[in-house]
Amino acid sequence: MKLVVVAGTPGSGKTSVLLHTIQALKRRGNKPAVVKVDCLWTDDDKRFARLEVPIRVGLARDMCPDHFTIYNTEPMLQWAEEEGANVLLNETAGLCLRCAPYPDSCLAVCVIDVTTGPNTPLKVGPLLTTADIVVMTKGDIVSQAEREVFRERVLEVNPECMVVEANGLSGKGAIELAELIEEGIEADVEDMTLRYNPPLAICTLCSGEKRVERKYHMGVLRHLDGFMEYKGE
Amino acid sequence: MSNPIKLTIIGGINKDGTKEAIDRVEVSPGDILGIVGPTGSGKSTLIDDIEQLAQGDTPTGRRILINDEEPDTKMRVDPRLKLIAQLSQNMHFLADMTVSEFLQMHARSRGKDPELMHKVIELANTLTGEPIHEDDPLTVLSGGQSRSLMTADIAVISDSPIVLIDEIENAGIKKQEALELLAGEGKIVVVVTHDPVLALMASRRIVIKNGGMNDIITTSTEEKNVGDRVSEVDNWMMDLREIIRRGEVVEGVV
Repeated sequence: MKLVVVAGTPGSGKTSVLLHTIQALKRRGNKPAVVKVDCLWTDDDKRFARLEVPIRVGLARDMCPDHFTIYNTEPMLQWAEEEGANVLLNETAGLCLRCAPYPDSCLAVCVIDVTTGPNTPLKVGPLLTTADIVVMTKGDIVSQAEREVFRERVLEVNPECMVVEANGLSGKGAIELAELIEEGIEADVEDMTLRYNPPLAICTLCSGEKRVERKYHMGVLRHLDGFMEYKGE
Repeated sequence: MSNPIKLTIIGGINKDGTKEAIDRVEVSPGDILGIVGPTGSGKSTLIDDIEQLAQGDTPTGRRILINDEEPDTKMRVDPRLKLIAQLSQNMHFLADMTVSEFLQMHARSRGKDPELMHKVIELANTLTGEPIHEDDPLTVLSGGQSRSLMTADIAVISDSPIVLIDEIENAGIKKQEALELLAGEGKIVVVVTHDPVLALMASRRIVIKNGGMNDIITTSTEEKNVGDRVSEVDNWMMDLREIIRRGEVVEGVV
């Protein structure tokens, strides 16, 4: 099972890019499944359902959305396995610029909107700097020169990443992204750790836990299906 | 300017998924190739395929060859190796920078001398009425100023052997001069246009229909003559426009 974690600021075009990428993946014989995580509300599941792929929604509500994503990575992969998928696309709520919900054995994709201006890559933080692939969207709205300046800024903060120029309306970039997903590594939840340190605060992640397996998590925790429990002393 | 190159477009499929009528188009240095067709027919998609150096990996399945060969992947993504400069339909600047900061950064992204920005601004000011200044914030430039600046940027900084132009006629700049400037010596120019002046400046034009390359028309001598006459009318219109702009009257000039 390959795990693709898609992050990026709200409105950057994560869902639109994913919809085209799913079609490209399916045409190439893959079986993608999708978990869409949001904070309070989403109807993106309806858009994904039209593509006839297994889809689940997780709402983090009062839990940190990145911690919610990380805490539920293990059951997400299990669910995708049961659905017979070979790729799990996890679209995160994509809000927090402090941490990034990318585990090591996944393909970390950061979607970023070119129209936010070439200074944005300098502000985004680990969401961008620890990504494997940076997808630049809405490039059709600006000039080639502005796209090139934006790309230069992305490479300044993340010199190792692959930059893909995509268009959520036309589907440009989707095939390139599908190819990169196919080349990606297999997810291994057992030894999975996060790429970046979460902030120090009061939850298990906030206190420095980086292991993904469920048994390591304590505090007030929300399951994918909404069930909440307290684990700890 | 890099070495002259040959551009080949290998046909793919149209919007219905059937094979395009035109299977192969070859363009040599110095050629101006037009792309015509109704709105929404897929003209910009063909430009995008060329810009991306598509290798059957875009929705049209087209392939783009350079000197009869599949180009290296690096050429597709690295602006320093890019063979293609593009003047797109959308020409708003959104970057929160001054004209000089932006041009210097663009020059660096293309591996060029940042000092070229002076030359870009100077050239842009020959194409537009209102002068552009180095310290102007990009976002306050008018449509005409932005287009002029980008045209000059393509001529100086993105100096590439292939230039793609999408509907320059709506730009509010001196379009013939801009096209001649971009065409330069020995460049391949591909221009999407509805404008008879520009369409007839091209030696051939691809007709797009339903997402596919449906036909290719070679501009005949008779068409060239029509083109010359249309140019005269167009220049006359431009002169009148200038007179109106200066706040003068057009009585007696007809």
